[in-house]
Amino acid sequence: MADKDKGKLEEILRKYESELLEQWMKEQPAAGTLRRDLLSEDDLRRQSSEFVHLFRQALAGGDLVDITAENWQPLREILASISRSRAQQGVSPSETAQFVLSFKHPLFDRLRKEHGKDAEGLAEDVWVTTVLLDKLGLYTMEMFQQSREQIIAGQQAELLELSTPVVQLWPGILCIPLIGTLDSERTQVVMENLLQKISETGSQIAIIDISGVPAVDTLVAQHLLKTVAAARLMGADCLVSGISPQIAQTVVHLGVKLSDVTTKASLASALDLALRTLGLEVRNRQK
Amino acid sequence: MERIPILKMGPFLLVTIQVDMHDRLAQTLQDDLAERVVKDGSRGVLIDISSLEVVDSFIGRMLARIASISRILDAETVVVGMQPAVAITLVELGMSLEGVKTALNVEKGMEILQRSLGVETGGDENAHPEN
Repeated sequence: MADKDKGKLEEILRKYESELLEQWMKEQPAAGTLRRDLLSEDDLRRQSSEFVHLFRQALAGGDLVDITAENWQPLREILASISRSRAQQGVSPSETAQFVLSFKHPLFDRLRKEHGKDAEGLAEDVWVTTVLLDKLGLYTMEMFQQSREQIIAGQQAELLELSTPVVQLWPGILCIPLIGTLDSERTQVVMENLLQKISETGSQIAIIDISGVPAVDTLVAQHLLKTVAAARLMGADCLVSGISPQIAQTVVHLGVKLSDVTTKASLASALDLALRTLGLEVRNRQK
Repeated sequence: MERIPILKMGPFLLVTIQVDMHDRLAQTLQDDLAERVVKDGSRGVLIDISSLEVVDSFIGRMLARIASISRILDAETVVVGMQPAVAITLVELGMSLEGVKTALNVEKGMEILQRSLGVETGGDENAHPEN
């Protein structure tokens, strides 16, 4: 890459920065990068002008091939933050990439006008800029993907926390409502939480409610049995409630031995049994 | 030699394990308990393991064995105050201590023992057996 080309590109961008921006802004809605439902035009203009400005600065910095070089650092940062905010807003990946790629058209237009009849110079400049913008587009995608993954990981951690509340139904009676699919990791957390709570509150009875568990396989059943056994070792009785007709059929079909565990169809009947075990009863005051 | 003290409380024996169990100590405890059950004619043994933080399969087996020995000697065994981590470990080791009664604390363990005694002698009308 000759030095004069570098200078020329930068010069064009500096001279026509505002025109380029205007033209780009005009074209972006057509290119589909402006999601009016998610993004205001002011925001897009701010992002676009920052991009053009930093793109020019990066060109002035020297390295026109490697966007991981230092002169591209500010531009990379701003692209990363744009990708992140779009990932959070729910913009699609292609729309995010299109943001960078749509800059090609106004830029090439301008280059053509500047080079006039100099076909060789034009081809060279177009090639350099198209490679650069492609790389930047890919970088945007990468950042987009990364922030999406971060969001997913955060949600997973939150789910794990949310999914295992142990509630006290009555002094001496704990209930753990299980919702969603049970895997070994979750069951481990469930078991630990439940046992911890049993020792904290000195509860004699724990009800495991599986109304929200969509399916029970041998593994889940085994985890349940383990939890029940551990609770028994600590001196608490475990009741399993919320067994749907389908789950009852599956369990019998699988040949899982749940006969050692007290099972109830509904949480209400489990609570009733628990209260009676503690020597309590619920009465209607009117009678 | 190091020994775990065995306390007599009426018709019951109370053992509180407050040191790290090692195999020798467990063996001694088992011997001592068997002897005391016979000597005192005890009807129940209560083992408090609330300060026990580490167990292995040997200790687990010892607990089960003490329970079997006591049953033969006509005494009920209740293990009380097991820590959550200990319970998980024992279950993972595949030892659910079948036949050993458990309770959350010494108080509840005593209740179980008294109830089982009451049923056998017919003294307590309201008592119902532990299922």
